[in-house]
Amino acid sequence: MDTVQSAPDLPKTDPRVKLIAAKIKKENYKPDALIEILHTAQNAYGYLPMNVLKYITKALRLPPSRVFSTVTFYHFFSLKSKGEHTCLVCTGTACYVKGAQGILNEIERQFALKPGQVSTDNKLGVQVARCIGACGLAPAVVLDEEVLAKVNTTDIADKIKAKISVS
Amino acid sequence: MNRQDLQTIIYAEKAKELNNKYKHKLCVCCGASCISSGSEEVMKKLQEEIKTRGLEAEVEVVPTGCMGPCNQGPLVKFLPEYNIYQKVDCSNIKRIVQSQLVDKKPIEDMLIFSDSRPKPFIDAREDPFFKKQMKIALRNCGHINPEKIEEYLVHNGYTALDKVLFQLSPEEVIAEIKQSRMRGRGGAGYPTGLKWETVYKYVSDQKYVICNGDEGDPGAFMDRSVLEGNPHRVLEGMTIAAYAIGASKGYAYIRGEYPLAIKRFELAIKQAKKLGVLGTNILGTTFSFDVEVRIGAGAFVCGEETALIASIEGKRGTPKPRPPFPAESGLWGKPTLINNVETFAGIVPIINNGGEWYSDIGTPKSAGTKVFALAGKINYSGLIEVPMGTSLREIVFDIGGGVQGGGEFKAAQTGGPSGGCIPAEHLDVKMDYESLISLGSIMGSGGLIIMDQSSDMVDVARYFMEFCMDESCGKCVPCRVGTKMMHDLLQKICDNKGTSIDLERLEELAAYVKETSLCGLGASAPNPLLSTLRHFRHEYVSRIEQE
Repeated sequence: MDTVQSAPDLPKTDPRVKLIAAKIKKENYKPDALIEILHTAQNAYGYLPMNVLKYITKALRLPPSRVFSTVTFYHFFSLKSKGEHTCLVCTGTACYVKGAQGILNEIERQFALKPGQVSTDNKLGVQVARCIGACGLAPAVVLDEEVLAKVNTTDIADKIKAKISVS
Repeated sequence: MNRQDLQTIIYAEKAKELNNKYKHKLCVCCGASCISSGSEEVMKKLQEEIKTRGLEAEVEVVPTGCMGPCNQGPLVKFLPEYNIYQKVDCSNIKRIVQSQLVDKKPIEDMLIFSDSRPKPFIDAREDPFFKKQMKIALRNCGHINPEKIEEYLVHNGYTALDKVLFQLSPEEVIAEIKQSRMRGRGGAGYPTGLKWETVYKYVSDQKYVICNGDEGDPGAFMDRSVLEGNPHRVLEGMTIAAYAIGASKGYAYIRGEYPLAIKRFELAIKQAKKLGVLGTNILGTTFSFDVEVRIGAGAFVCGEETALIASIEGKRGTPKPRPPFPAESGLWGKPTLINNVETFAGIVPIINNGGEWYSDIGTPKSAGTKVFALAGKINYSGLIEVPMGTSLREIVFDIGGGVQGGGEFKAAQTGGPSGGCIPAEHLDVKMDYESLISLGSIMGSGGLIIMDQSSDMVDVARYFMEFCMDESCGKCVPCRVGTKMMHDLLQKICDNKGTSIDLERLEELAAYVKETSLCGLGASAPNPLLSTLRHFRHEYVSRIEQE
């Protein structure tokens, strides 16, 4: 890993960089706002690229180890791209009882992707969530932003394929 | 704004409500579950339909928070008749509007639970699902627009804060809470009044109030619904707590998985500040209190108070040994009060109605009501609130409508990965803190997952152990290594490769991890294993004998 000093400067005109810079300024460069700033960065990029992390490290004057250890601690943050489309399968207790594993198995059978993996063309990423809090709709799957309720193994693959083929 | 201004506004809003020109209020559930089922589209279509028919002068369409029966959504409630329609989709809106508002006749076969009850109740309040409930924390949830502070004011919003600031001293507020015998709703059930008193007694230039909305238990979603459905109630509760303990700054730590709750709570803060019931010199007094939202980043351990504090400070969410407790040395080393969302939601009614009123509800040792998130193999899943001491049987069969698909009740899982399973022979258990502990489970935050015969209890134990293994922060050895070892042994038994020695080792490990872990996560991680071993040992033994 490069040191912070040699971090490549991000293009200042990039709207995403502006967004992060504005957030850092709003939080008054306080190191305790690190998690809030990481949220902003991840929302902007979809994940946390290394040069963005270095930029944040520098701006907050924190040791890189502190930023890196925080990023890797929380499930929400990802160091690699999650894919153009994401399929998030809820594995909370209610979804578990109602067959979330069967849905994961079906996705693996159809797309050869396990949770945490992204397809080679970067089109689809499969993830699991601990509980999205939609227990009344179990088993639930979140396809991009859309929550699919009471999902069954027979049509989940078609729904995912339909989503991928749109773009 | 001072006190008089607020009262003027409240009177004006109430007068407006009394002279309401609308004959009907149409509540469309816009809780997260109903939105997922398409309720926003339904609301848009309803508004269009009402406009086309020229009814907009007498019908008001309001988006509300969660109404409760989540798997029947999207839900639409007609007031004042209390007719609730279930599974409303855009295709049947014309018919509903015609019958309900023009012909004044509810369509019986589309009312709530009409597909499962022999005859649906026209007035939904008569249905056992609602009739058996008692709503205190969830009051007004599903009834008012959570994005409008005016609606909260009409329902006596911020009157408790007014009472506290102008009539009660901090000591009197704490005395009232102590008298209510309320216990923390986050899971452990520590007496709320006692906690407030402890923080109050520490002298410091700065104290903090934290609202714990890091609802990590899989299968629990009450905090989400309260924050989404009635955010001002929580905010008012936090402000009263701040007055009582002498804090000037508060944080609401909300799960990143709940974007709608974050949005509505942030909006509530903004509105409250504008109205002068939050911020500097609240209602013209010398008391100032400000609240900031902190977004969680997906770590179950952050529900533990010391880990949550570390996370607010922007660090890895690892717990610290206690003592010192946060009441003495919490956020940035200052005395800190941490309560759960549901606890704060219960403060306002206690102040308004008195501690004695609250203490009369429930059981002698567990006062008040508890919100449960009912899910799993049950007919009517959703959010319910019942007095403490209601039996599990009443919850499952009267409110929940029994096991889905006519199956047989096998067990109810409470308390998530820190709790345990209650088998069928204990269906008559009174749901309160002590009874659940005596059965080897815990109240927890209130997740209640119903399982039928298709659930394999060894696999259930493995599932929860996998959860704890993944969520262990890694700071202390018993939890980091112990959960992994227990998980692997459970996996071995699930694969029918276990031996009786494995079973012995599991029990031994469970005892070690329970006794020696640093925080509640590790100390309670063996609970699902121990409770399934206690009530369903034969399932483990039969797996071993198959080998």
